[in-house]
Amino acid sequence: MSTTTLPPAGKRTEPVSAPDRHTSDRAKAERKLGWLLAGPALAVMLLVTAYPIAQAFYDSLFDYRLTDPENRSFTGLNNYLVILTDSLWWTAVGVTALITVITVAVELVLGFALALVMNKALQAIRPVLRAAILIPYAVITVVSAFAWQFAFDINTGFVNSWFAWLPGVSPTTDWFGDFGTSLFVICLAEIWKTTPFISLLLLAGLAQVPEVLQEAAQVDGATWWQRMRRVTLPNMKAAIMVALLFRTLDAFRVFDSIFIMTAGANGTESVSFLAYRQTISRLEIGLGSAVSVLLFLFVVLIAFLFIKGFKVDLAQARGER
Amino acid sequence: MSTKEKTGWIIGGVLIALYCLAPIAWIVSLSFKAPADLANAQFLPTTPSSENYATIFTGAGADLFLPALRNSFGICLIATFISCVLAMFAAYAIARLEFPGKKFILGTALAVAIFPVISIVTPLFNLWRNIGLYDTWPGLIIPYLSLTLPLSIWTMSAFFREIPWEMEQAAQVDGATTWQAFRKVIVPLAAPGVFTTAIIAFFIAWNDFVYGISLTSTSASRPVPAALGLFSGASQFEDPTGAIAAAAVIVTIPVVVLVLVFQRRIVAGLTNGAVKG
Repeated sequence: MSTTTLPPAGKRTEPVSAPDRHTSDRAKAERKLGWLLAGPALAVMLLVTAYPIAQAFYDSLFDYRLTDPENRSFTGLNNYLVILTDSLWWTAVGVTALITVITVAVELVLGFALALVMNKALQAIRPVLRAAILIPYAVITVVSAFAWQFAFDINTGFVNSWFAWLPGVSPTTDWFGDFGTSLFVICLAEIWKTTPFISLLLLAGLAQVPEVLQEAAQVDGATWWQRMRRVTLPNMKAAIMVALLFRTLDAFRVFDSIFIMTAGANGTESVSFLAYRQTISRLEIGLGSAVSVLLFLFVVLIAFLFIKGFKVDLAQARGER
Repeated sequence: MSTKEKTGWIIGGVLIALYCLAPIAWIVSLSFKAPADLANAQFLPTTPSSENYATIFTGAGADLFLPALRNSFGICLIATFISCVLAMFAAYAIARLEFPGKKFILGTALAVAIFPVISIVTPLFNLWRNIGLYDTWPGLIIPYLSLTLPLSIWTMSAFFREIPWEMEQAAQVDGATTWQAFRKVIVPLAAPGVFTTAIIAFFIAWNDFVYGISLTSTSASRPVPAALGLFSGASQFEDPTGAIAAAAVIVTIPVVVLVLVFQRRIVAGLTNGAVKG
């Protein structure tokens, strides 16, 4: 060390002198081993998703009822035409979009608040909080849906008697009697169940905000709100985007809570529920497949829009650092 | 921090705990209400009763609940095991080896993770009927892999990337055989990551409802969430609410125990995979 001059930090100066034939042999072997190890997992993943969606697309081109297999006939894109001109489909899309927007927006704000408290919480109570916050995440969605349904239920619930002082709530309020209130309870259950996931992602993001920046801003006399807007939020853009992407796509698939709470009554049917009802209840394989394919395309579209925006953000985040 | 601020954060903490636990407390409380007490319009039972638990373990609900519990445990554990083994190899390759296609595999895992489950159900429903996998354990284990495998690959490769792999060579330099170096050095370092991934994968499988309700028809393979969804539909003269609440409490116990014991690791697993991956 003492005899050589130190290269500039972080720059690799030693010449790449490894013999070429050997590296390429090694690289080849490594490539082979890599595919050997990762191949099975990749194959299984494609088998359980790419194959079914291809099959769904094929099935969607037929007029095919499981109870009437003799009359299976090729109809081209007719199933799509039937669906896209049906108000049922558009209602389901609207409901799904509404639930997605409401829950994700509330979850983001609430999740951020939870993350802030957890971040600042005293060392002593942090493990308690962490355990508590994991419970909604780990509880089965069906169980959460039942808990909320029973709480609001006109017979078994306590919400009506506890909140009778609120305008519009009385012992005879039937929450599952119309669209607005049903949707309200569905959203509540979804928000309760999935906010913890968002808040954990945001907490991890918060931990990556450099403490020095915070302190510097504080010394310079920035208010709490200014520090939040100028220092904290820009530094955790990546974490926010990841949380948003995952939750939006997850929310768009909403099924369990609706199945349990309303079974699609009062116009609360989501796209997933519509696909389920066509296929499993009505045995309309052709129509159900078409709904599935359309849902898939929707999810791809959302992911595409997000990731396109996301990439830009990532580059920005890197540039700032 | 001033005392005032401290109390503020403590109040915040208490509110969070309340928020997280209230619905669970409610379903537990509900499960102890006797059928006649269900409509008491209060949070707590007038007098606690274990009648609902008797219903699901020895009474009318036992035929529906007990096989479902067995199915859920069996199917979820097998699916978790398979996906962890597959993911272990894949994650090792992703973390340690240089080969083209790494990005493609991670990208595929991400795409599969966001795949709408119901889109897989429709074709499988038809196919499983034709090849005899409908209403069987493998008929659920295979689609469960679409839930557990991408997440396992993603989480495990994030964990594996942080293992100091040089230690393997260091051990070999010190005279350990390849096998010894692997067993005594790498396995202990990798085990926590694998274990954490297994817990999270188990949660995901345990939570499934769409596959469970669509691809099964009898207690031969129906898992608990699907059975719970059908409790309400069963033609029982009594209100099934109490029985559902009791069954809900029983299926919540395993996940709560896992959360309490392994909370730190679970949080690391959830955030590692998503933020750093």
